[in-house]
Amino acid sequence: MDSDDEFNSSQVSDDDFMEDSDAVLDEDSDFEMEENDVGFESQDKDIKPTKQAYEVDFTVYNPTQIQSHQEKQIDEVSSILGQPPESTAILLRHARWNKERLIDQYMEKTEETLESAGLGQDAVAHPPKIEKIKGFVCDICCDDSPDLDTFAMKCGHRFCSDCYKQYLFTKIKEEGESARIRCPGDGCNRIVDFKSLDLLVSSDLRDRYQELLTRLYVDDKENLRWCPAPNCVYAVQCGVRDKDLPRTVPTVHCDCGHFFCFGCTLNDHQPAPCSLVKKWMKKCEDDSETANWISANTKECPKCHSTIEKNGGCNHMTCRKCRNEFCWMCMGVWSEHGTSWYNCNRFEEKSGSEARDAQAKSRASLERYLHYYNRYANHEQSAKLDKDIYLKTEKKMTQLQNSTGMSWIEVQYLDAASQALQQCRQTLKWTYAFAYYLARNNLTEIFEDNQKDLEMAVENLSEMFEKPTDQLQGLKVDMMDKTSYCNKRRVILLNDTAENLKSGNWEFNTSLA
Amino acid sequence: MFASKRLSKELLKLQDKLPPGITLVKADNFEEWQMDIRVMDDNPLYKDEVYRLKFSFSQSYPIEAPEVTFLRTPTTPIPWHPHVYSNGIICLDLLDRQGWSPVHNVESICVSLQSMLTSNTKKERPPGDENFVRYNTQRPRDISFVFHDNQV
Ligand SMILES: [Zn+2]
Ligand SMILES: [Zn+2]
Ligand SMILES: [Zn+2]
Ligand SMILES: [Zn+2]
Ligand SMILES: [Zn+2]
Ligand SMILES: [Zn+2]
Repeated sequence: MDSDDEFNSSQVSDDDFMEDSDAVLDEDSDFEMEENDVGFESQDKDIKPTKQAYEVDFTVYNPTQIQSHQEKQIDEVSSILGQPPESTAILLRHARWNKERLIDQYMEKTEETLESAGLGQDAVAHPPKIEKIKGFVCDICCDDSPDLDTFAMKCGHRFCSDCYKQYLFTKIKEEGESARIRCPGDGCNRIVDFKSLDLLVSSDLRDRYQELLTRLYVDDKENLRWCPAPNCVYAVQCGVRDKDLPRTVPTVHCDCGHFFCFGCTLNDHQPAPCSLVKKWMKKCEDDSETANWISANTKECPKCHSTIEKNGGCNHMTCRKCRNEFCWMCMGVWSEHGTSWYNCNRFEEKSGSEARDAQAKSRASLERYLHYYNRYANHEQSAKLDKDIYLKTEKKMTQLQNSTGMSWIEVQYLDAASQALQQCRQTLKWTYAFAYYLARNNLTEIFEDNQKDLEMAVENLSEMFEKPTDQLQGLKVDMMDKTSYCNKRRVILLNDTAENLKSGNWEFNTSLA
Repeated sequence: MFASKRLSKELLKLQDKLPPGITLVKADNFEEWQMDIRVMDDNPLYKDEVYRLKFSFSQSYPIEAPEVTFLRTPTTPIPWHPHVYSNGIICLDLLDRQGWSPVHNVESICVSLQSMLTSNTKKERPPGDENFVRYNTQRPRDISFVFHDNQV
């Protein structure tokens, strides 16, 4: 296949591509796309090389590119089969875009293949047309007027054009059907081809039809997925298959800015594999009542018991009344956080003797769950609060900018910090779901250390947003340092989890199936 | 408009002549009709019983299938059938989006249901009937049934 340049042009914009092109193409070969089920195989060699262990290769396509690639495949197969493009399109859609299988089938049993796609007999010699037929009665509307326009495909099931049009309108507009609309005749399997459609439907309906065909194309291709962001029109191509999902978490980044998992199309959930995410969300849903109290926004100061409300994302709390500094998540003393012996993130398993009877066991398992859920939910909530406070800060900064004449670019570091916080909290959140299913082995400690380090980095950065706005400009360098440190800790954590997931080094207390 | 044109033609025909065992009960408007059906042989499951069918038509009938259910009244029970839930909802591919053809009509549906009962020998409800009847809040046309066996 020729390489098609317009397809390469909109690769994820990436300047590092050139510098890194000779690096890393090693262990990822098990995700290489298999030739036979790929629509975009000519791209393989040009896809940006993987940079980190947790990153996967992917390419973002816009609707025009998807459309033109569809057409290219149709043309190519059309010349192999010696069928006109319209019929080839129907055959390909019928075969769910598996062209190798289609070509094999066609070569082996031509007539049967055509028949099953609704193309029996040749459709070339007799193009579809609207006719008036003497003595015709429409079986749909029962009209028998002598000058009624009628239409039938090769199968001969004839109806008045108005009914045919109404039928197609309902199928396309209301039922969202496209490539597999059948003849309205009872039990007839003939598919309404594009030429017939052209004859019968208005141009705006034809546009909708094209749109649906493109939807279907992407849905049928295992290596393509629509970006799930609302109103986003891009599709992402990635070579990761369902069978690879226990060993990799394929987060992709759409050109619209949305990060999502190619495996399950949920929001980015690294480092937790898709199957654990599914289990975790089910569990949280089932246990939502038990865990409800956790999402409360107020708690008591562990020292003076006055009520404390959390209004920022940072989990380092200072009581207004007694100045006690504590951790919102574990209610423990803050000064001990980040030291090597204090573990806010690790759940200390009680020794077996303490949990002997069934009741004690179930209490222990609930406690364990709540430990992880607490932290999971807390990061989710903190991310929201971080965002709120950033938006407030941004507004104040704009005012400050206007009064001091500071340029827009000079406050970009705030934006970068906020984005880092969002992304790191997202990762942290899922580390707790991951940890919940993790069975202890010699690697767990490294993971927990990475988690703790990232958590501390995040809280230190988050805390800066709670400073008065007029001090922020003076903290610029500090803030930029903390931001890049956060990002660095995140990469370290994700690389460690991804490498060990790939080599099957983690032990889970549940199956990854 | 689309539906009423076709339905008025159907009504004329129904008032004129109907197959044995099928009677028109009510057709006051073009939204809802009622029909009665009887099984014509002596299948002991349905002997001496009459079943009432309720047809609801949308504006785009017959492009869209009508919604058809059995109606329980003091004189008409819900017939036993592995594809008929005890609340009268019918799981028949003919009435499903995929199986429906606008060529069908009220009469042909009645005939199909009649023969569906005639050929049945099982005094059964569909699996999961109790839960379905208790929890289902969907309209019949929005339920996607799995047509696991089409022989019944
Ligand atoms: Zn007509
Ligand atoms: Zn036909
Ligand atoms: Zn997108
Ligand atoms: Zn996923
Ligand atoms: Zn206090
Ligand atoms: Zn803590």
